[in-house]
Amino acid sequence: MSSTRNSALASRRAAKPHTSMFLRMLMRAAVLRRGRAASALLAMVVAAAVATAMLNLYVDVQAKLRKEFRNYGANIVVVGKDGQALPADALDKVDSALAGHGLAVPFAYVVARTSDGQSVVVSGTNLDQVRKLNSWWSVTAWPNASLDALVGTRAAAVVSPQGKPFDLSFQGRTTHLNPAGTLRTGASEDSRIYLSMKDFENWTGVQPSTLEIASSGSPEEVNALIQNLSHALPAAEVHPIRQIMEGEARVLGKTRATLAAAAVLIVATAALCVLSTLIGWVFDRRRDFAIMKALGASEGLIGGFFAAEAAALGAVGAVLGFGIGVGVAAWIGRVNFHAPVVPRFNVLPVVFVGSIVVALVSAVLPIFLLRRVQPAMILRGE
Amino acid sequence: MFGRLVYESFRRQKRRKLLAGVAITLGVGVATAMISVATDIGDKISRELRAYGANLVVTPQEDTLDVQIGGVDLKPPSDGAYLNEADLPKIRGTFWRHNIVGFAPMLPVSVRLTEADATNLTLLGAYFSKQLTFGKEDFVTGVRVTHPWWKVQGAWPDDSSSDVLLGESLAAKLGHKPGDEIEISGQPHRIVGILSTGGAEDNQIVAPLALAQQILGKPGAVRRLYVSALTKPEDALARRDPKSMNPEMFDRWYCSPYVASIAYQLQEAIPHSHAEQIRQIAQNEGTVLSRIKGLMLLVTLAALFASALAVSAAMATAIFERRTEVGLMKALGAGNVSVAALFFAEALLLALIGGVVGFAGGALLARQIGRSIFDSQIAIEPVLFPVILAIAVIVTFAGSAMAIRRAVKFDPVYALRGEA
Repeated sequence: MSSTRNSALASRRAAKPHTSMFLRMLMRAAVLRRGRAASALLAMVVAAAVATAMLNLYVDVQAKLRKEFRNYGANIVVVGKDGQALPADALDKVDSALAGHGLAVPFAYVVARTSDGQSVVVSGTNLDQVRKLNSWWSVTAWPNASLDALVGTRAAAVVSPQGKPFDLSFQGRTTHLNPAGTLRTGASEDSRIYLSMKDFENWTGVQPSTLEIASSGSPEEVNALIQNLSHALPAAEVHPIRQIMEGEARVLGKTRATLAAAAVLIVATAALCVLSTLIGWVFDRRRDFAIMKALGASEGLIGGFFAAEAAALGAVGAVLGFGIGVGVAAWIGRVNFHAPVVPRFNVLPVVFVGSIVVALVSAVLPIFLLRRVQPAMILRGE
Repeated sequence: MFGRLVYESFRRQKRRKLLAGVAITLGVGVATAMISVATDIGDKISRELRAYGANLVVTPQEDTLDVQIGGVDLKPPSDGAYLNEADLPKIRGTFWRHNIVGFAPMLPVSVRLTEADATNLTLLGAYFSKQLTFGKEDFVTGVRVTHPWWKVQGAWPDDSSSDVLLGESLAAKLGHKPGDEIEISGQPHRIVGILSTGGAEDNQIVAPLALAQQILGKPGAVRRLYVSALTKPEDALARRDPKSMNPEMFDRWYCSPYVASIAYQLQEAIPHSHAEQIRQIAQNEGTVLSRIKGLMLLVTLAALFASALAVSAAMATAIFERRTEVGLMKALGAGNVSVAALFFAEALLLALIGGVVGFAGGALLARQIGRSIFDSQIAIEPVLFPVILAIAVIVTFAGSAMAIRRAVKFDPVYALRGEA
C-alpha cells in the first residue's frame, strides 16, 4: 500500500521533477527572510507607485489643463457670410456636431439709438450660456426678469448714468429696458448692452448672426469640427480663434514637456532605488547561492531561481504599486485641479513590464559577479 | 586612528562606496533639477502665456462708445479723443517697466481704395517692430511682440515705410498677392505681405502707424494702446479698491505687479488716459499659472521623495553588507558609539561629495531642460546650494540610521561566524 503510494509520488516527481521544489524554494525564501524580502518589496512598490502616478499624471494633465484653458472662452466662431443672419437651424446643427463636448452660444447684434440720439451696439444672446462661456465677465448682477438688460460699463455711462430705466430705439421701434447689472471686461463688450434673446427678437426681429463655440477637444478634434461645420453650414464662415488656440497649444506643449522631463527623472530615480535594494538583497544571499552550487545545481538553474524570485517580486510590487500610484495621482488631481485624475489602465502593462525588467536586471547583475567565485570561499565567509 | 579607518574604508571598498556615492549624486541631482525647474516655472509659463497677447488696454479718458460689431467699426472714426504717440515711450519709465513685455499702439482709419469707390475699408495703423528710445535705453516693440499669433505670408512692412499688409480675406476678395501695388485714397502703396490673424484684421489693411496718421491728418494720434505685461495672479490685496487703502497698504499694492497696479501706473505715465485690464486674458492667466505651478510643486515633492528613498536604500544596503566588519570591531573592543560614529562619518563624507557633484549635475540638467523646453536659461538660486547640501546630509543620515542601529546591535559572534 505504502510502496504503491511512494511509487506514485516518485512517478509524479519524475513527471515534474523540479517544479514543486522550485516553487517551495521560492516560497521559503520569501517567508524565512521576511525582513529583507519585505524591504525589497517595499522599494519595488514605492518605485512602481511613483512611476504609475507620474505616467497617469502625464497622460491626464492635458485633459485637465484643457478644461482650465476653456475658461478663455470660445475657440471657434461661426458668422453669417457678409453679415447675414445664420440659418435658423444653425444652432441645432452645431449642437449636434459638438455632441456635448463643448458649448455654443448665439449672438445677434444691432446698432440702436439712445433717447438723445447716440449709437450703441445691442446684442441678444442666451445669458445663462454666456455666463458659462465667458467666466471672466465681471458682472454686478445677472438679469433674470423680462426686459432686464446687462449694460457694459462704458455704455452705462451713456444710457443710464444713475442706473435708471432707459429707452432704446431700432428702426422706429422703441423698447423700455431696466439696467439689472453692469458688465466689465476691458474689451468691446464694455460698450455694448446685452439682452436675452427673447426680448431682443420681440423688439428688433433680428436673428443671430454669430455663434461662439468653446470646443473642449484636442487641436485635431477642433480642426475636424471646423471642417465638419463648414460642410454643414455652407451659408456661414467658420473659423478658429487663433489667438486662443495658439496660446493654448503653446502653454500646454511646454507644460507637458516639463512634466515629461520630470517623469523621466523620477522614474529613473525610482528604478535606481529598486536596483540598489535588490542588488543588496541578492548579494546578501550569496550563501544560498554557494550551497545550491555546492549541492550540484547548474548555473542556469540558480540564475533561473533568482530571476524567478526577482520577477515575482517585480510583479507583486508592480500590482500593489499601481494601486497606490493611481491613488496618489487621483489625490494630486483633486488637490490641484479639483477633479481626480482618472486611472489609466493602459499604464499598467508599462509599469508591470518595467518593474519586472528592472527586478530581473538587478537580480542577474550580482549573480553574474558571483559566478566567478568558488562556493567554498563564500561558505567560509570570505 | 579614526581618520585612518575612514580613509582605509574608502580606499579598500571602492565598489560599495561608488554605488552609494552614485545613488546620492543622482538623488541630489534630480532634486536640484526639479526644485530649480519648479521655482522658475511660474516665470517661464507666464512668459509663454504672453502668447495670448496683450492683457491691458489704454484708451483716451474721454473716449466715446465703440460702435463695433465683429471687429468692424460702424462709426466714422474721425471723432473722439486720441492718445499722443509721443507719450508712449514713457511706459518704459514706470515702476514695473521690466515686466512690460511690449506694447502696440493702434489707429483705425476709414479709407476708400479710389476716389470713386463707395465701400469703406478699415486701415489699421500699428507698430510692427518699432525702434524707440526712452532716456538712454533703446527698445523694440510692436504687434510682433504683443500679437504673436499674427502670421504674415511675405514680409512685415518697415515701420518707417509706406508699405502695407493686406488681410487674408480682403486679399482674396481683391485678388492681390504680396508684391502688388494697391491704391489707397488715391495713393499707390506696395503690399509686402498677406496677414492672417483669425480676427477682424483679416478684412482690413494694416499699415505703419505713421501712414494711418497721415491719412487721418492727425500726426501723433493713437486710438488704443495694447500692453502685454507679466503680472502676478490676483490675491486678496489685489481685489481691494486702491482708494480705500491706507498709505502703507497702497505702497505694497503699488509695488506688486498686479494687473490693476500696472494699469494704474500706465494711467500715471500717459496723460489723459484710461487703462483697463483685458479680463479675458488677465483673469485666466492667474488660474492657468497657479494650476501649472501647483502641479510642478507636487511633482517636485514626488521627485524629492523618490530620491530620498533611493539614497536611503543605497545607504542601508551599503551598511548591511558590512556586518562582519562591525563584528570584528566590536570583538576588538570598540563600543557601539565609536562604530556608529565611524559609519556616520563615512555617510557625511559621502553625502558632501555626492551633494556637491549632484548639485553641479542637477544645475546643468535644469539648464538643459530650460534651454530645450523654454529656449531660455533656468536661473539657479545660489541659496539652493546649502539647502540641497543640508538635505543630502539629513537624508543620508536618516537612511543610514536604521541600518547602523541594526548593525551595532548585531551579536559579533554570529556576525563573525557568518550567520547573518
